[in-house]
Amino acid sequence: MSEQGIGARVLRKEDKRFITGKGRYTDDIRNERQSYAAFVRSPHAHAKVKSIDTAEAEKMDGVIAVLNGKQLTDDGIGNLICGWAVNSKDGNPMNMGAWSALATDKVRYVGDAVVLVVAETQAQARAAAEAVEVDYEELPAVVHAVDALKDGAPQVHDNAPGNLIFDWGLGEEAAVDKALAGAAHVTEMKILNNRLSPNPMEPRSAIATYDEAEDHYTLYTTSQNPHVARLVLSAFYQVAPEHKLRVIAPDVGGGFGSKIYIYPEEIACLWASMKTRRSVKWTSSRSEAFLTDAHGRDHVSTAKIGFDAQNRIVGLKVDTIANLGAYMSLFSSAVPTYLYATLLSGQYDIANIYCNVRTVYTNTAPVDAYRGAGRPEACFLVERIMETAARELGVDPAELRRANFIRQFPHETPVIMTYDAGDFAGNLDQALEAADYKGFPARRAEAAKRGKLRGIGLASYIEACGIAPSAAVGSLGAGVGLWESAEVRVNPVGTIEVLTGSHSHGQGHETTFAQVVAERFGLPIDNIQIVHGDTDKVQFGMGTYGSRSGPVGLSAIVKALDKVEAKVKKIAAHVLEVSEDDLVVENGEVKVAGTDRSMAWHEVGLAAYTAHNLPAGMEPGLKEGAFYDPTNFTFPAGTYVCEVEVDTETGETKIVQFVASDDFGTIINPMIVEGQVHGGIAQGVGQAMLENVVYDEDGQLLSASYMDYTMPRADNVPSFAIHHHSTKSPSNPLGMKGCGEAGAIGTPPAVINAITDAIGNNDLQMPATPPRVWAALQAASAKIAAE
Amino acid sequence: MYDVTYHRAASVDDAAAKFSAASDGQLLAGGQTLLPTMKHRLAAPSDLIDLRGIADLVGVKVSGRKVTIGAMTTHAAVAENAELAKVCPAIVKLAGGIGDPAVRHQGTIGGSIANNDPAADYPAGLLALAATIHTNRREIAADEFFTGLFSTGLDEGEIITAVSFDAPETCGYAKFPNPASRYAMTGVFVSKGGGAVRVAVTGAGSDGVFRHEGLEQALSKDWSAAAVDGVKISADGLMSDIHCDAAYRANLIRAMAKRAIA
Ligand SMILES: Cc1cc2nc3c(=O)[nH]c(=O)nc-3n(C[C@H](O)[C@H](O)[C@H](O)COP(=O)(O)OP(=O)(O)OC[C@H]3O[C@@H](n4cnc5c(N)ncnc54)[C@H](O)[C@@H]3O)c2cc1C
Repeated sequence: MSEQGIGARVLRKEDKRFITGKGRYTDDIRNERQSYAAFVRSPHAHAKVKSIDTAEAEKMDGVIAVLNGKQLTDDGIGNLICGWAVNSKDGNPMNMGAWSALATDKVRYVGDAVVLVVAETQAQARAAAEAVEVDYEELPAVVHAVDALKDGAPQVHDNAPGNLIFDWGLGEEAAVDKALAGAAHVTEMKILNNRLSPNPMEPRSAIATYDEAEDHYTLYTTSQNPHVARLVLSAFYQVAPEHKLRVIAPDVGGGFGSKIYIYPEEIACLWASMKTRRSVKWTSSRSEAFLTDAHGRDHVSTAKIGFDAQNRIVGLKVDTIANLGAYMSLFSSAVPTYLYATLLSGQYDIANIYCNVRTVYTNTAPVDAYRGAGRPEACFLVERIMETAARELGVDPAELRRANFIRQFPHETPVIMTYDAGDFAGNLDQALEAADYKGFPARRAEAAKRGKLRGIGLASYIEACGIAPSAAVGSLGAGVGLWESAEVRVNPVGTIEVLTGSHSHGQGHETTFAQVVAERFGLPIDNIQIVHGDTDKVQFGMGTYGSRSGPVGLSAIVKALDKVEAKVKKIAAHVLEVSEDDLVVENGEVKVAGTDRSMAWHEVGLAAYTAHNLPAGMEPGLKEGAFYDPTNFTFPAGTYVCEVEVDTETGETKIVQFVASDDFGTIINPMIVEGQVHGGIAQGVGQAMLENVVYDEDGQLLSASYMDYTMPRADNVPSFAIHHHSTKSPSNPLGMKGCGEAGAIGTPPAVINAITDAIGNNDLQMPATPPRVWAALQAASAKIAAE
Repeated sequence: MYDVTYHRAASVDDAAAKFSAASDGQLLAGGQTLLPTMKHRLAAPSDLIDLRGIADLVGVKVSGRKVTIGAMTTHAAVAENAELAKVCPAIVKLAGGIGDPAVRHQGTIGGSIANNDPAADYPAGLLALAATIHTNRREIAADEFFTGLFSTGLDEGEIITAVSFDAPETCGYAKFPNPASRYAMTGVFVSKGGGAVRVAVTGAGSDGVFRHEGLEQALSKDWSAAAVDGVKISADGLMSDIHCDAAYRANLIRAMAKRAIA
């Protein structure tokens, strides 16, 4: 390992600008004659739009235009779509309701955009937006997924009868039923997965500029995948053809999934800039972010798991209702299906699995992928029911897991995944050792002396990253391929620019990607620049989500590096008059192995560009591109152990120990990986104990600010003990698996298993707030008193 | 935020005059409540009269057991006052537990009690300490001052200049913070002095801060956590919201009362 190569704890190159306040985010950009947009949003969860009166607003100071949904559709702007087609079990296509960027006849959730005001200043735009009068006819609303399926529930979209979007299944139901019928023990439980608000530090923002002379648009926006944004904006929303639309995602302050999607605001701003011939800028307020950023999770499930007399799992049956909100967001259909049910085998050898998923419309914000996207929901379900089963069977939860682990790879699960590598028992052992699992009874007794209830909980998670083999996802309904592209440009002086289709919004690509190049050629990382986030610079890309930048994005870079190296060797072989096969590239030199003859890296660069002495027929220059399409998902896995202490008087719960043992395959920069795991665990703790999106029965968002939505803070989390026990992924050249989501996936079940262990009551849903824990404690003691 | 005209008052009288002259004026102290409300466009005063330049309104005076705190004294200044800590440590602890450092260095005791947020900390302290609220027009006893949710005994344009109280023999404050806002989900201030016990509860009542008679009676007889356990604490009249229900708040009153005494 070189000091800056793979495995080195290199400080992040990008942090200099971030921590000195020099980052350049979308809202920092100000164009000539900048104008500002404000949206008039529905105050009702469900209503007919009877009429819109913009006369007052139009007369107000600084107002440039007041635009509505009818004008937008008349101009041919298309509806927002979900880009992944999922069919019902009966073969029928999903019932996708129309979603216009500005609502025309009906609003379907609080925050639905109705009118766009463009003005000279932001204050003028907001003031005029308040002066727009929309006459609504209120309709009854439905908020909860289960209620949406009830007879007589308010109908959100006409073409989704009973609010059902699709009724989908995966696995063999009859085989599972048979296995469960013959089981020696069956554990059954109801499991809720709470709705979360993504809360990236930087709110969404868009600046659209139409250039009349060129008939060309430029959009700066907070995107995790600017090329996908351009593709969708042009192919589906008909804003402009791709070659007439440049999308730039400059520094982006976090996304967690919420910035994958194209939202109404970007579409409306692009269109408005054409209409007004002005650059139009919109930046979300935090209140708008709570209302309109795509939420995460929101599942209601029942699950049954059966065991034989030797405590080996014989079958798992799951029924899930997933709330997709008022409209189908870009990848919303894939999250509770192909990113969820496919992971229900967990780390276990289960012959029979069946999962039924019904997705429903409700009068709430759209729900889509959020850190982990489907895999946290699967992991929570599997790991809660495993722990519960262990308690019912009276066996050690660690040993029940161990007895059922998959040990042979590749392993094909009944839910269409092929796990390629792992050592689940190795991770479990490492975690138990680090957590001093054996010493827990003594710690529990000691805590009892202090009047505290101490509990311990495990979660052995697995997830699928490196999204995804294009043909495979295509056969499952994806509208896009999920490869990645890269271009490596070696300059005449030997410095290197790497253009990547991945996008960094906190992940540290400028450092880790440079480390891989540095390792390969033995160059200092300061000589390597990572370029991303601009459709005019980078050829194409699918962006960053699903922990794919390492396994897929870096693999594309490695492929391009292979091509560069091949050409470098050809040039050097020609100049040095040796065979290519005798050359090695290391320490910034191309050397003739076993001799002291060499060519410096920059000399090769110069030779390529002067082209004075190249092999016959070789093109000048040193620049190679590559597209990499993965052959499989990657499967990060591991075991988390959480220990808590509960105050019996208040239900306050403190995490007193948290141990992680992760298998991420090859690690490029351990410091960055640890940061990802810390953040992921904190978000997992947030879901488990703190965060909850709450709507009232009328569909008003009650958790609409930080006064009511609890984000995890430093004092909510302990010092984490992070360990690695790695097996390399055979599915990509570097053996990487991905680390961005694991923390958020493995943590919630570990925390809830620990709390329920402490309080002796398994009936506890997330977030396990003090009042809920206290109520569960009361119920547990009432039960004991009654017995 | 809507347009507003800003004035800096030189004295209390000047502030009162500027307030009278404004069509819809509002006094500005630390701005920790008022400015966010204006930014959310929920308040739109025509004029802001800033009290921050008035030196008379700032400072903590301790003479013997008599304590006077100027209305414009920040929470941080109260939290860091060593003399006050000697005679009334609970109020120092209370101030140090408000919000975060930025809030504590801007927010003021006058602004806090004028606002009388049902989950604010100071109202419990001042009610339990039987404090007197001094204004530019009169003195108001705490029992008369806190009249309900966000409402006080202040008249239109009346300016709080200081609060005063006699430090009791013993007192304590315990707060169970709302996990999101970190205001009090329930806070209990207990004080004992001159034969009287006063117990004030914030964050729990659906009509704002209140005194708990049952706890006062029990603690007058026996100043102990055990005495608290013997009191029946009703959930009637307590708040239920998305964070917790009235029953849990009743439980918190007991738990916080015990912690306050300990
Ligand atoms: C993030 C955050 C967290 C917080 N956490 C807590 C907490 O945990 N506990 C808590 O108790 N509080 C908390 N607060 C409230 C804060 O501590 C302030 O006390 C409160 O906002 C009001 O004080 P201020 O000086 O900022 O008043 P301002 O916001 O300036 O004014 C508030 C109101 O009082 C009026 N007013 C101000 N001064 C006077 C006066 N002298 N005479 C008459 N009327 C006056 C104003 O006109 C206005 O109506 C928090 C605030 C924030 C922003």
